[in-house]
Amino acid sequence: MTFNITRRLIGGLGAGMIAGQAGAQTIAAANVPAPRLPLESGATLRVLRPVRFVQPDEEVFRANAARFTAATGVQVRVDFVAWEDITQQTGVTANTGAGPDIIIGFNEAPHVFQDKLIELTDVAEYLGAKYGGWKQLAQKYGKRHNSNNWIGLPFGASGGPLVWRKSAVNEAGFERPPEDHAGMLRLCQALRRNNKPAGFALGNAVGDGNGFANWVIWSHGGFLVNEDGTPGINSRETVAALNWLREFYATFIPGTLAWGDISNNRAYASNELFLTSNGVSLYFALKNDPATAPIAADTEHTLLPRGLARTSPMAGLTLNSMVFRHSRFPNAAKAFLAFMLEAPQYDPWLQANLGYWAQPLNAYNASATWTGDPKVAIFKDTMDSDFWLGFKGPISEGSAAANADYVMVQMCASVASGQATPEAAAREAERRAARFFRRR
Amino acid sequence: MSVTTAPELHWSKTRREPGWLTKFFDNKAVLVVACLLPAFGLLGVFLTYPLGLGIYMAFTDTTIGRSGVWVGLENFEYLFTDPIFWNAVFFSVFYTGIATIGKFGLGLWLALLLNQHMPFKSLIRAIILLPWIVPTVLSAIAFWWIYDPQFSIISYVFVDVLGWRETNINFLGSEWPARFSLIVANVWRGIPFVAISLLAGLQTISPSLYEAALLDGATAWQRFRFITFPMLLPILAIVMTFSIIFTFTDFQLVYAITRGGPVNSTHLLATLAFQRGIPGGQLGEGAAIAVSMIPFLVFATLFSYFALARRKWQQGEGND
Repeated sequence: MTFNITRRLIGGLGAGMIAGQAGAQTIAAANVPAPRLPLESGATLRVLRPVRFVQPDEEVFRANAARFTAATGVQVRVDFVAWEDITQQTGVTANTGAGPDIIIGFNEAPHVFQDKLIELTDVAEYLGAKYGGWKQLAQKYGKRHNSNNWIGLPFGASGGPLVWRKSAVNEAGFERPPEDHAGMLRLCQALRRNNKPAGFALGNAVGDGNGFANWVIWSHGGFLVNEDGTPGINSRETVAALNWLREFYATFIPGTLAWGDISNNRAYASNELFLTSNGVSLYFALKNDPATAPIAADTEHTLLPRGLARTSPMAGLTLNSMVFRHSRFPNAAKAFLAFMLEAPQYDPWLQANLGYWAQPLNAYNASATWTGDPKVAIFKDTMDSDFWLGFKGPISEGSAAANADYVMVQMCASVASGQATPEAAAREAERRAARFFRRR
Repeated sequence: MSVTTAPELHWSKTRREPGWLTKFFDNKAVLVVACLLPAFGLLGVFLTYPLGLGIYMAFTDTTIGRSGVWVGLENFEYLFTDPIFWNAVFFSVFYTGIATIGKFGLGLWLALLLNQHMPFKSLIRAIILLPWIVPTVLSAIAFWWIYDPQFSIISYVFVDVLGWRETNINFLGSEWPARFSLIVANVWRGIPFVAISLLAGLQTISPSLYEAALLDGATAWQRFRFITFPMLLPILAIVMTFSIIFTFTDFQLVYAITRGGPVNSTHLLATLAFQRGIPGGQLGEGAAIAVSMIPFLVFATLFSYFALARRKWQQGEGND
């Protein structure tokens, strides 16, 4: 994913942030008593989180932390680390029992380290009651499996819906991409005939590849893991999905089997690709470059087609915060997380992120983030999703490993390329899933 | 009257009994230990410990979240039934084999050319080194663009400039083209190392041998076959050992260009070990894959030494 930041954009942001701070009152908040968290005397906190998408993310996050210090006297040190390093640093912190009090990791992290964490149920229930309830994906990633005990507090998710050129889709005879598989296939066949093809990553692309493969399977009713954590991928639904994919792949622009995370961005930006799935970064990159601004003007976002599912099958990359048991100041840590998710802090932060992150709490649907640019508005529903990585199993390290090993992507790619029959590909995925989700 | 009683002069200085500290440091055994300790310490901390830990982890089910328990050969048992692992073994050997042949064929040829007298000799030699000097990741990204399905310069030339093809060349989209594309990139990167090392070897060969051969009426091929090649063998063996190790353990080119795709056809053992171990969090299994590289490397090293370096070099002794 790429993004360009222009000075104008940042200037606009500054204005937006001021407006946001004033507008934070527009977020509806129920009158709920805050949990009693007597702060430990002399408390200090260390927080570790992934680096920003956009510069204002870091600025507003630091400013919010400074406001917490001003309000409570608790010193907070925030460190930012690269995305690919956060899991390892969390692992070291958990295993050594030393280091940051709070880590904001990704997706399944609190579930992997749950023995090393304190429960956040009181804070989570307070925030949920105050801000219109937690969204579906937030509940899934926040709560311990099959319980109402919270071990993580999600801060937001970044989704990859359909990104498409309005002119091309209209030329193909569609108002917007349809919600069913037969319709999607017809649309993409028409796009191909018009020499304005669609394309989705089927190479080893962590974000885009997994996002597309998961959608193909989930939207047909298939899933990688059963509720009890055993592999469930070798099913009739999966085979049906792969059979459909074979026809769907025939409409793609050539070369998608070799695509990485950035390939579709480049092809889309050079008028070679007209329908794909990606995060909001692609749109901003196009919009901020005068050379590609016309493409941005012609670009629309819609959630991935539902197919047979109830909600759009997409599991956004989720920021998930956790407090470690080794922290000497657990109350201060919980108070900090609650403070950061309260409207006066969270809404400006959400706006500073321009839509890269979408909120976990329903009340923030009213945030000015989603009223600025109508093309970004659909991202606000990112966390209204019934799906998560490793769906339908319990969230575990296995789901992260299967994702990193591209189990779903390669199952799809081997069928698309004709290397394997759908049945053989599903069996191979089952074999690999059995390894990652084995009991230990 | 003055009596000069000259003080009795001791010309031999009394030898002071050395202190215990001096004795301690004069002790040869202590000296040996004191001088070797830093080296052993560094090797132990930065080489032996990580290697030992890696080998130990290969026999556990450690993940990033949790220190594992001893599982014996379980990781290896799984890997031996895993077609993706065998595919990585195959491609690692194939990649190393073909790329080494390419590098040594072209590198030797280049070294022989550079050994001729020509204008701007040193400048040309410096330019030859460029692919080796550029950080691998940068050259890998350059090749990634060259092989891009949409924006390849080669496709552009063939499709848009020459008009010989209708569609772009799909370098990385299916297994064999992807494998050979990676090998070409590796050969390109490896040639300078081979060429410059062999050039150094060539320059140690005494010109008098060639003069004698010329007087005997030897052809160019005979001079290469009976003088250059045998004299070059020892250095060839060393360079080949290094080259095989570098190629077999290559990571950056493959990771930057294909990440092991399409459908795992270009995974090397190193990239598979990384993918399973670090992003996938399965440290035990990743370590097992890494450990399984060791026998191949030991074999390659022994082969180079015993098969190629047996001949004595410039010792006037028999060839075998």
